[in-house]
Amino acid sequence: MSKKGKAIVAKDLSKVYQMGEVQVHALCGVSLEIKHGEVVAIMGPSGSGKSTLMNIIGCLDRPSSGEYYLDGELVSDLTDDQLAVIRNRKVGFVFQNFNLLSRSSALLNVELPLRYAGNREGQRERAAVALEAVGLADRMDHKPMELSGGQQQRVAVARAIINNPAIIMADEPTGNLDSKSGKEIMKLLLELNQKSGTTLIVVTHDPRIAEETERVIQLYDGRVVDS
Amino acid sequence: MDIVLALKEALESLNANRMRASLTILGIVIGVAAVIAMLAVGTGAQDSILGSISGIGTNLLFVFQGNLQEEVRNEQPLTMNDVNALGDVFQAPHVEAVAPVVYGTVNVTFGGESSSPEVYGVTPDYQNVRNYNLLEGSFITDENVNGRASVALIGPDVADKLFGTRTLLTGETIRIDGQPFRVIGVLEPKGGGSFGSQDNVVLVPITTARVRLLERDRDQVDIVYVQALNSDDVPQATEEISQILRLRHHSEVGADDFTVFSQDDFLSVAGTITNILTIFLGGIAAISLLVGGIGIMNIMLVSVTERTKEIGLRKALGARKSDILLQFLTESSLLSLFGGVIGIIVGWLIAFVIGKVATASGTPFTPTVGLNAILLATLFSTAVGLFFGIYPANRAANLEPVEALRYE
Ligand SMILES: Nc1ncnc2c1ncn2[C@@H]1O[C@H](COP(=O)(O)OP(=O)(O)OP(=O)(O)O)[C@@H](O)[C@H]1O
Ligand SMILES: [Mg+2]
Repeated sequence: MSKKGKAIVAKDLSKVYQMGEVQVHALCGVSLEIKHGEVVAIMGPSGSGKSTLMNIIGCLDRPSSGEYYLDGELVSDLTDDQLAVIRNRKVGFVFQNFNLLSRSSALLNVELPLRYAGNREGQRERAAVALEAVGLADRMDHKPMELSGGQQQRVAVARAIINNPAIIMADEPTGNLDSKSGKEIMKLLLELNQKSGTTLIVVTHDPRIAEETERVIQLYDGRVVDS
Repeated sequence: MDIVLALKEALESLNANRMRASLTILGIVIGVAAVIAMLAVGTGAQDSILGSISGIGTNLLFVFQGNLQEEVRNEQPLTMNDVNALGDVFQAPHVEAVAPVVYGTVNVTFGGESSSPEVYGVTPDYQNVRNYNLLEGSFITDENVNGRASVALIGPDVADKLFGTRTLLTGETIRIDGQPFRVIGVLEPKGGGSFGSQDNVVLVPITTARVRLLERDRDQVDIVYVQALNSDDVPQATEEISQILRLRHHSEVGADDFTVFSQDDFLSVAGTITNILTIFLGGIAAISLLVGGIGIMNIMLVSVTERTKEIGLRKALGARKSDILLQFLTESSLLSLFGGVIGIIVGWLIAFVIGKVATASGTPFTPTVGLNAILLATLFSTAVGLFFGIYPANRAANLEPVEALRYE
């Protein structure tokens, strides 16, 4: 299949952090391909480079070297502002620690990506629909502090899907949740994949979660050891 | 993100840190209020001083002995003969009236009360030249002058001090430096006391003053007030006066031994001084506005650091540099705008109160808040907000999304 057909094509990605005298190789030559609509887990021991890889795939960070195509587009050449647009339109993030704005209601949190998308038509309504989709119709005006961890993560999922992204990236989305709410979040994400064909990439330490995915990419010391 | 949303978010964020925002705004309020109040006081002082100079009379020239710029040998005093020459229609066609004066400070008593006003020895022309009106009685006459009469007109302040009233005083006898003088009238208040009080005075015939109060030579004159025909004639009148006096003092060559000063000269000198005063006051106030601006920068920097994670999140969700820049600049501009608006109101109140206090303590002047002061303060405070907001906003906008997200 051509590069066009793939959601993600990474070639020989590496990421080097300069810590004073020492160079930390967080990624050394990672190559991988992920198809549209695929559900992939990234696993590996702590410090193996999972988050680093996710950040690059999610256009939050740039690789030190290597080529990276997202949805057929060579991302390594884009400017900061172009990357911002890609993050806004094509990628939805779910973080381990939720990352909600604590002083804003659930609704406002979900609305936030729309504010940067530039179309002001029906923002409120779309945010409400997204919250309903994650089962929080009755918690729209609650602040994050007034919600349980699982509920907060649902808000984050609603925020991630609001712009109908091609890819959802979740870095240990269940890491801060008990196993029950963790399962529920995973169920939610998998449903999204089934319903709208959204590509789903999940970083996880939990083998039970990895079992539910179609493919597991194993990282070790910044290299892909199994995929 | 458009400006309406940016404003909304800025308001939300300021509202979330109400105490901090109000304190920052307070800094700007103090600065702007100080600028407005100081400019108002300066302008008010200027109006009042210029007003009282104008109130002395119209189209006036002041002639006095001596030269302020150069050393003159063999200086001659002004005399009554000089005065008569200046009043001669043929020699000085642009002169309307001439009023010679000798003056000094005296002690005036009545009963147990005493007062130390200025005494002016004057001629009947003085009344018109200086625009004096009388509350009661009549002005000094030629007979009074020729007869060295012991009569006096008293100013309203003196009347208040000695008698506690301004009416029915004609015929009373007061003592000036111990000698009895009969009161023949009371002057109407002229107000505008910032240029030497014009109400705390006693007027007596010039001849009487020379001999009995001020120990001047027989013909000597301290100041000659000359009134020009009208304001356009002031320069010609000045020239005529100078010609006559040079001739009479035999000083055609070399420096003049007299000085002719016009009311306009006084006005422009006083104008310059009060302008400097205004700029000085405004400058001091501007410093406090600057300090307020640094307060904004400080708070915005704290806010950027505190919200690093939030900025990272916003960037992850698609915020561009310009969005973040706009967000923080809107916040700092709002702070300074609120400060500016409140400051203008507070400054206005302060100016108003200063005016009331000044009036109550006997120096009536009205601080004036000009439109230019308001514009200046608004512009300046918004500029301060923008200027001191740019650095923190830039800092926020340039944060790397991953770094910012990882920040705890
Ligand atoms: N900003 C940074 N500066 C320097 N080194 C970094 C930085 N970020 C990551 N690293 C290093 O890169 C390596 C990979 O880090 P990364 O966060 O990707 O690991 P991870 O697989 O996500 O681990 P975990 O499971 O604990 O989250 C680690 O050795 C880490 O120390
Ligand atoms: Mg990680």
